[in-house]
Amino acid sequence: MEGLKRVPVREQAPKVRAANFEEVCLGYNKEEAVEEAKRCLQCKKPMCSQGCPVSIDIPGFIAKIVEEDFAGAYEVLTASSSLPAVCGRVCPQETQCEGKCIRGKKGDPVSIGKLERFVADWARENGIKPKKADHANGKKVAVIGSGPAGLSCAGDLAKLGYEVTIFEALHEAGGVLTYGIPEFRLPKDAVVKPEVENVKSLGVKIETDVIIGKSVTIDELLEEEGFDAVFIGSGAGLPMFMGIPGENANGVFSANEYLTRSNLMKARLEDYATPMPVSKKAVIVGGGNVAMDAARTALRLGAESHIVYRRSEAELPARAEEVHHAKEEGVIFNLLTNPTEILTDENGWVKGIRCIRMELGEPDASGRRRPVPLEGSEFEIEADAVIMSLGTSPNPLISSTTAGLETNRKKCIVAEAENGKTSKDGVYAGGDAVTGAATVILAMEAGRAGAKGIHEFLSK
Amino acid sequence: MFKILRAEHLAENIILMDVEAKRVAKSCLPGQFIIVRLDEKGERIPLTIADYDREKGTVTIVFQPIGASTHQLAELKAGDALLDFVGPLGQPSDLITGDLEETKKKKILFVAGGVGTAPVYPQVKWLHEHGIAADVIIGSKTKSLVIMEEMMKEVAGNVYVTTDDGSYGRSGMVTKAIEDLVAEGKEYDHCVAIGPMIMMKFCCLTTKKLGIHTIVSMNPIMVDGTGMCGACRLSVGDTVKFACVDGPEFDGHLINFDEAMKRQAMYRTEEGRKLLAFQEGDTHHGGCGHCGGDK
Repeated sequence: MEGLKRVPVREQAPKVRAANFEEVCLGYNKEEAVEEAKRCLQCKKPMCSQGCPVSIDIPGFIAKIVEEDFAGAYEVLTASSSLPAVCGRVCPQETQCEGKCIRGKKGDPVSIGKLERFVADWARENGIKPKKADHANGKKVAVIGSGPAGLSCAGDLAKLGYEVTIFEALHEAGGVLTYGIPEFRLPKDAVVKPEVENVKSLGVKIETDVIIGKSVTIDELLEEEGFDAVFIGSGAGLPMFMGIPGENANGVFSANEYLTRSNLMKARLEDYATPMPVSKKAVIVGGGNVAMDAARTALRLGAESHIVYRRSEAELPARAEEVHHAKEEGVIFNLLTNPTEILTDENGWVKGIRCIRMELGEPDASGRRRPVPLEGSEFEIEADAVIMSLGTSPNPLISSTTAGLETNRKKCIVAEAENGKTSKDGVYAGGDAVTGAATVILAMEAGRAGAKGIHEFLSK
Repeated sequence: MFKILRAEHLAENIILMDVEAKRVAKSCLPGQFIIVRLDEKGERIPLTIADYDREKGTVTIVFQPIGASTHQLAELKAGDALLDFVGPLGQPSDLITGDLEETKKKKILFVAGGVGTAPVYPQVKWLHEHGIAADVIIGSKTKSLVIMEEMMKEVAGNVYVTTDDGSYGRSGMVTKAIEDLVAEGKEYDHCVAIGPMIMMKFCCLTTKKLGIHTIVSMNPIMVDGTGMCGACRLSVGDTVKFACVDGPEFDGHLINFDEAMKRQAMYRTEEGRKLLAFQEGDTHHGGCGHCGGDK
């Protein structure tokens, strides 16, 4: 039967890409995109759009691709998304739009992510920018953090005529898109910087090197700097460690540190001043996207790269494509395995990691089967670097310096999902600062919700 | 860009800079630090704040060139600019945020080692402005490396200089000076020691013996300085703390200094290579065993 298979996307060969930082996926060209777009059944009640956190009119933009009206397709996309070139690359499509696609019931779902990416890349290459507001409304909004939540909130507000300033703690804008997700998955100069420029072209100002809660507080922004509302999109926060012996040894890193050195500081390049840990055999503990990013970065820097994850393959929280790519490139998966101790040499350097085998027991609170250690199954893996990728806990910088801002038991900021409203008047929040570590698209959704909430608040 | 308004040598290898950074100057307090980055390819260098002027909008940093980045920083002059200057980071000193009446009851001794004299200064100055006279030991290898002595005298109770080689002031390490002062009848119940880790370690051993509560300012390796990376983690008692957000000041009697010193040396080889490449500049053609220039 025709149309069961999606148009395959070109990628760098695994062996080649395992030794470089160039983008793995090469994307569709015009012909491939049009051919794939034709597979869309243009459902009357599109399930894909319901699966999209920002409710992109997916059949709408795909129909424009079929007509080869790529500018039109970009207009449909940017009506809902501020960062289409990013989302086309890093969204977990298999559980969202593509997971709902009717084509997927019998055969492959339409390659929605790759089509989104094609349109966004085409627009960038052809110099098409999102549309700017007709007139300013004279109101000022401060956005804290220039990651996906902050950028999408700022973009939406600017389109409505607000004067928006984003405050970024680091020296470069982009948040996790810049410091976290590696070059081979999300190119910085080719994709992230132009997306940030697009938001700036809407009139948004970005002030880097400002730490809200330290350099200036939220109350000062509202009372002294003339902002009418604030959106907090400050991101996930402090990396977690396991609390096992040896964790402070030299050669043990958080994935955040490892990736920040490689991505933000470009430590992997010889002419940049920040040092990059080099290892022969790296063990990455964890099974999320960040763990895959760290494992594939270590591999590219010349290490034999091992994932150690306490549950089984089915429970890996990473995107399917990342796991698939990691395996193709030669990352070794040690599943149902949990570290118990980091082994060190006499100089305080990592020399290995002791692990115990696990089996799956009854489902836990997350609905996943709880891993249980198998008595007496301990063994050692030799390693000269251990990278902990266990998630993060909220950064207290803002909550501890903002009176009246409620946080929950997990120290995340409490905000309403539909409008980002917090317990403090005029202050809205969204993204990882509210939910704990999640995905780029969920942060974007929260940024858009916050923009909606702020617009309602300031239109009263 | 952040303009350098003043750059001068305090000693042969110790440099002071006043940097225009309005937001930092407005909000910083003694005990906190900043991060500076020179250029697009530079690393983020954490430096403890040595002074600030809220009116002029300037922050003072004092540093000793050690690696390639600090050597490069040392070459900058007044009128030059830094690409990034971010802060204030970390928690202010407990002496400053604590109950002032309680602090007034304390008999405070600061122990400053070498370039560590600089971060001691704003704390002593702040206490002076709040009617508290703290004693200060300034320790240095030799006379020519003693810095900020006159400034310190203006704000401290007593200033005792000691040099390792006896070329100026008292003779011997700061630990000897602490013991001597106590033997001479001085009483202290609160000590703040800032300097190289090895000096802080031995200070803490001495003050523990003497029963003096001691705070140290830790300067581990950092990347972002905002809590995001965890490179700066330290063992403090039974817990792991991040120096950047929980510190940089901690109870010195609880710090695992041996672990902290090992962690601080993590990139020594690579830093050495980068320094060599920087110092040799265009004349660098290998010899570092890394760049391939000698092959």
